[in-house]
Amino acid sequence: MALAKRIIPCLDVENGRVVKGVKFLDIRDAGDPVEVAKRYDEQGADEITFLDITATHEGRDTMVHTVEKMASQVFIPLTVGGGIRTCEDIRTMLNAGADKVSINSAAVTNPDFVREAAERFGSQCIVVAIDAKKVSVEGEPDKWEIFTHGGRKPTGLDAVEWAKKMVDLGAGEILLTSMDQDGVKNGYDLGVTRAISEAVHVPVIASGGVGNLDHLVEGCIEGKADAVLAASIFHFNEYSIPQAKQYMRDHGIEVRL
Amino acid sequence: MSSIAVIDYGMGNLHSVAKALEHVQPGVEVRVTADPALVRSADRVLLPGVGAIRDCMAEIRRLGVDAEVREAIASGKPFLGICVGYQALMQFSEENKGVDCLGEFEGRVNFFGNDLKDADGERLKVPHMGWNTVEQTIDHPLWANIDNGSRFYFVHSYYVKAAQSELVAATCNYGVDFDVAIARDNVFAVQFHPEKSQKVGLQLLQNFLNWDGRP
Repeated sequence: MALAKRIIPCLDVENGRVVKGVKFLDIRDAGDPVEVAKRYDEQGADEITFLDITATHEGRDTMVHTVEKMASQVFIPLTVGGGIRTCEDIRTMLNAGADKVSINSAAVTNPDFVREAAERFGSQCIVVAIDAKKVSVEGEPDKWEIFTHGGRKPTGLDAVEWAKKMVDLGAGEILLTSMDQDGVKNGYDLGVTRAISEAVHVPVIASGGVGNLDHLVEGCIEGKADAVLAASIFHFNEYSIPQAKQYMRDHGIEVRL
Repeated sequence: MSSIAVIDYGMGNLHSVAKALEHVQPGVEVRVTADPALVRSADRVLLPGVGAIRDCMAEIRRLGVDAEVREAIASGKPFLGICVGYQALMQFSEENKGVDCLGEFEGRVNFFGNDLKDADGERLKVPHMGWNTVEQTIDHPLWANIDNGSRFYFVHSYYVKAAQSELVAATCNYGVDFDVAIARDNVFAVQFHPEKSQKVGLQLLQNFLNWDGRP
């Protein structure tokens, strides 16, 4: 027996409701986040990730209450991301009941924030989210770049080097979203997933583009991810968590059943 | 109604453990506190902890939590340590260039290392993060209704090796064999997070709230 690969349903939350965009644009309503989280908990999800995509202050307060409600009813690890910019934001989410926070754009704007956060709260609760897009063309060596603002803004940063730097600064886990594939359901970008997973000593969560259960298997085996994150295939009941876990086990992957 | 003191020394998220205790035993009085009087008068004591051991030990000493822990353990009331609250009971941790701990148990806390490998030579990530199987090595009231080999949620980069193997209550393997639970008289301590380990974790907390402190 060994450490299980984790399945993490991800809930994009806006103004207190779960939504999931296709290519970050088209929004469909998938329900109350606490109810959705409870459903996943009962089904045997290994963790839950909430990504707050709300832009307003009022919406942010709603998120704190949502996290509080969820944390008093669901007893598996909870990661909260989206709009985490200061140690105060982290303190608020941890106090509300989050176990980890995910830092995205703020790490790009101010990498030192990652170190400050890890020193203050411990690496175990600092996840750095990386949105990467392939920028090399056919025939060139593979190269992936970090993008921000929902994939619209290139940064010129090499994704693999960036991941290593984030871990050096104290990130305890990397949440890697391959942007060119997110929401289009062609599977994870296995190249960048594997490159980053092999380059860092902390766990890597693969995210972006899951459309079927083979994608989860590939993410673990070819992508060498330590955890696989998916949203819409679970939200719209295309597959259940137990189905996904059984499928992974049938393909030789250690899971918690 | 019984009361439990969750010792608050400013490190980490105590909300989860408090909520989990209230969930398994509605009406239990959970005191998240470092006040010696409130700890002393509680029926049960829980020492949690996350983060770096140096900071944890510094706060434990600054707030006098070391004395509270010794007193609680000596009193015979049920005592549960979780994660860094387990590691802190050992003699010494090699984290942060070496930190002296409370020395309630003989043993050390060691680093997994950054070149950890499994039996097949596959590299293992550190921290050890996620659900791993816990092999119970003794019968104990805290293992009631928990299958041997159940998976619990872990997140840590340092592991305990207890010197007195007869006190080890469970082991785990992650590149190395290590001790994930220890038991002596009224004390039980675990490396994993029962408050984050879904059904089996809630069962362990329920068992703790039902326990009279006798092995």
